[in-house]
Amino acid sequence: MTALQILFIIVAAVTLGAAVMVANSRNLVHAALWLIVSFGGVAVVFALLNAAFLAVAQVVIYIGAIAILLIFAIMMTRHITGEKTARFTTNHILALLLAIVLFAGLVWMLLGWSGSAALAVPLDARADPVRQLGAALVAPDGYILAFELASVLLLGALIGALMIATERK
Amino acid sequence: MTIESMIWLIPLAPILAFFIIVLFTNRSKWLSHTLAILAALTSAVMVFWLISKVLSTEHFGEHPIQSYLPWFPAGDSWFTISVLVDPLTILTLFFVAVTILMIFIYSVGYHNFGAPKGDHDRPGLQPHGATVSDAHGHKHTVMSIEPMYSRFFAFFGLFAFGMYLLVTTGNLLVLFIGWEIMGLCSYLLIGFWFAKPSARAAGIKAFLTTRVADVLMLLGIAYLYFATGTLNYKEIFVPEVLEGLAATPAIGNILGLSAAGLIGILIVIGTIGKSSQWPLHVWLPDAMEGPTPVSAMIHAATMVSAGVYLVIRFFPLLSAGWDGHGLTAPMQLMAFIGTFTAIFAATIAIAQNDVKRVLAYSTISQLGFMIAALGIGGYIAAAFHLMTHAFFKALLFLGSGSVIHGVEHGVLHTGDHIDPQDMFNMGGLRKKMPVTFWTFLVGGFALAGFPILTAGFWSKDEILADAFIHQHWPVFITLAVAALITAFYTMRQITLTFLGQPRTKAAEHAHESHWTMTLPLVILAIFAVVIGWAGIPEEFPVLGGILPNVVHVVGESLPEHPEAIPFNWLPLLTSIVVSLGGLFLGWLVYRNVKAGQPDPLAKPLGPIWTVLKNKYYFDELYDYIFVRPAKWMAEDFAIWMDTNVIDGILHGIASVGPILGSFFRNYIDKPIVNGFGDWIADVTRKMGVSLRVIQTGRIQQYMLMALVSLVAFGVVFYLLLVQ
Amino acid sequence: MIPLSWYLIFAAALFCIGLYTVLVRRNAIIILMGIELMLNAVNVNLVAFWRYVNPQLIAGQVFAVMVFAVAAAEVAVGLAIFISLYRRRNTVAADEVDLMKW
Repeated sequence: MTALQILFIIVAAVTLGAAVMVANSRNLVHAALWLIVSFGGVAVVFALLNAAFLAVAQVVIYIGAIAILLIFAIMMTRHITGEKTARFTTNHILALLLAIVLFAGLVWMLLGWSGSAALAVPLDARADPVRQLGAALVAPDGYILAFELASVLLLGALIGALMIATERK
Repeated sequence: MTIESMIWLIPLAPILAFFIIVLFTNRSKWLSHTLAILAALTSAVMVFWLISKVLSTEHFGEHPIQSYLPWFPAGDSWFTISVLVDPLTILTLFFVAVTILMIFIYSVGYHNFGAPKGDHDRPGLQPHGATVSDAHGHKHTVMSIEPMYSRFFAFFGLFAFGMYLLVTTGNLLVLFIGWEIMGLCSYLLIGFWFAKPSARAAGIKAFLTTRVADVLMLLGIAYLYFATGTLNYKEIFVPEVLEGLAATPAIGNILGLSAAGLIGILIVIGTIGKSSQWPLHVWLPDAMEGPTPVSAMIHAATMVSAGVYLVIRFFPLLSAGWDGHGLTAPMQLMAFIGTFTAIFAATIAIAQNDVKRVLAYSTISQLGFMIAALGIGGYIAAAFHLMTHAFFKALLFLGSGSVIHGVEHGVLHTGDHIDPQDMFNMGGLRKKMPVTFWTFLVGGFALAGFPILTAGFWSKDEILADAFIHQHWPVFITLAVAALITAFYTMRQITLTFLGQPRTKAAEHAHESHWTMTLPLVILAIFAVVIGWAGIPEEFPVLGGILPNVVHVVGESLPEHPEAIPFNWLPLLTSIVVSLGGLFLGWLVYRNVKAGQPDPLAKPLGPIWTVLKNKYYFDELYDYIFVRPAKWMAEDFAIWMDTNVIDGILHGIASVGPILGSFFRNYIDKPIVNGFGDWIADVTRKMGVSLRVIQTGRIQQYMLMALVSLVAFGVVFYLLLVQ
Repeated sequence: MIPLSWYLIFAAALFCIGLYTVLVRRNAIIILMGIELMLNAVNVNLVAFWRYVNPQLIAGQVFAVMVFAVAAAEVAVGLAIFISLYRRRNTVAADEVDLMKW
């Protein structure tokens, strides 16, 4: 057991634990906070995977934007009465069962796949994933189209959200 | 035209007269009776011509005139009919022709031809008198003409046809046809005055009683045809055939009889019905409801004689196997029935008051004599008595008709409402109606058997002699006693009717009848005297042999000629004593009966008299045993059967429909068919109701369901495809 | 050192927890959080495969970037809808919005 492995295990446990807390939290704000922890964990995992840009982007976008937005939404849709409403739906046992079965299935399938035991190939010292990513995103024979479409998507979402959320008089 | 073909034509004239009168001349009384009498005359002339031709033939009995005609196909061959004229036929034809002609002429006067139409007369009622006023304006009632005059002569013509047919034919089936035609005419003529209920009932009674006998006779005829394959006399009365019939046992070996015995008995039963013997005698006295010419012809001279003619004709069959000593079964039956009936009817006759009833029972009794004679083997005696009886009985009936007319006239004249037929209302008529009296006397003496001078003596003596010689003592003694009683009641009748003083005003006013009535009486009276002399036995002292014995020629009809009976004094003396004694006694007892007095024999005989007067209560007995059950069957039982059983079955069958229908409707259609449809709808609805729960509208549940299905499918596919 | 399977199992677990959250919680915003968790798990999966199978091919990271963008857009619009819904129905419980029937 190398240090990397131990590190990974700790990070995974924290992330998964936070995710479970998100699922079980009664207080909505607590759930959002646990979500932030979870996002953080995922960012660390990205870092472990040598995807530096994504790790930072994760923190900035997810924690910085999405989680905040969620907290805003929680604030705006709070029940004024504040009474205890049920957390779970009626079929939560079945859903739990389903999740477990699905997880078991996935794990069993993955372990049966020969490629899952592969180890990481050491990266070239000169290779710079960030630079590569940036170049790929704007290269005309790369992914510029996807990049531009993504921005159009974001524009559309922006406008759409505005339209939907506007109070009509 | 040969003799053979002429014989076929003898019955033709009367049937032509019948059709012409019925179809064309019904309205004209004169034309009708002339036609009828001409027809009778034609047939009579043909008969006499035939007799003249035949008398010259030697041994005519062995060479009878025959003629055959194929009639209809039967199986492989043809059924042939024939005419046969042998001595028996000649004898019968002779008296039939004469009596028919005489009675036709008599009927003209009897039905008052020329008299005015009655006041209240209608077809169907006896004529009741017409009121006429004479020159001074006095009204009195006279006899009126019969409204159904032409119909009477038409029926008589039909009847004459039937009788001629029966006598001339040589075939048993044609005889039966003639037999039945006469039965029909008897019914029609007994019920001639059909508006009278008693006449209608009497007609039905006659027909049904003779029908009983006729059915059995038909069985006999059928059996005979079955056994021999033919019904022609000359083909049956062949010794080989007869011996064969006598040797074969009857079908089913009934009573141990031979075939000939059974056939014979059945044929004798036919005669018992037709000739009104005991026990089927009940119809003849009631038949007196018909007009007197009917009684004379049908019920004295011809139809009832036809029964005796039949058994005489069939004597060879009835006596098949008779060896001269023990009588065969049919002969025993005839001997018993004949003898019994003779004495039975004679005893009833002495207690009757109606002049025609006495004669009716007398006829039954005399027919009994004939049948008894045949039963003991007296072929010639029976045939002889048949002929003489026809003449004197016809004479007596016609005479009684004349008497009744005379008293009727008196009844209408004086308005005295008495029964013109009751002898106790008569008396002293010999002065008022002399011709009738003398002819009636001749006839009565003939009936009683007055010695030598009357025909009845010769024929009755022959019968008694036959019985005596062949030592049938019971028959001889009984017939002798019956002859005594016959003479007694005959003299009773003559005394009450003609002798003494008139007992009623109507009798005082009686007068002699028209010549159309008295002429036949005279002619018949002559025959009643003379005809006996044609049969005087050869061996008779003094008188035998003077005149040829024509009657004995009848014996030649048989295959074996019967031998002449040797003369014996005892039966002769018995005949004489019985006849004269009876006549004398009758005159003695009844000569002083005054008006209003009861019958002199009523008190001495007491209860016996009542039994005799009521005819031994046979009518009541038959009513109880046969008529009432038949009526119950027809009226009550048949209606009950129809209404309850047959209609019940029909209703039952009909009710099957609704029951089945309601069963199908309520137990199959509604629950099963409708129910199935309703059940499908119900199940669908319930399924919908239960499945509807799935659609909650909650997305998370939809997702959950989708994912669960996905996992399930995944597992299934993995297991199926990957493994 | 760390086998690929660890990353993949980690991603699977995260994904299943996210799925569980989506299916079970009544509050719509928590459901959205669950969706985000699932998207994160997908991203981890993508990047792990990029790193272990072919790090030269940058398309793996580009894909992950796109997923980022989509997730962000989706959250924005989703929350806008929830707010609009809250204004109408005064609730954001998924249970109570059962209009998707008949």
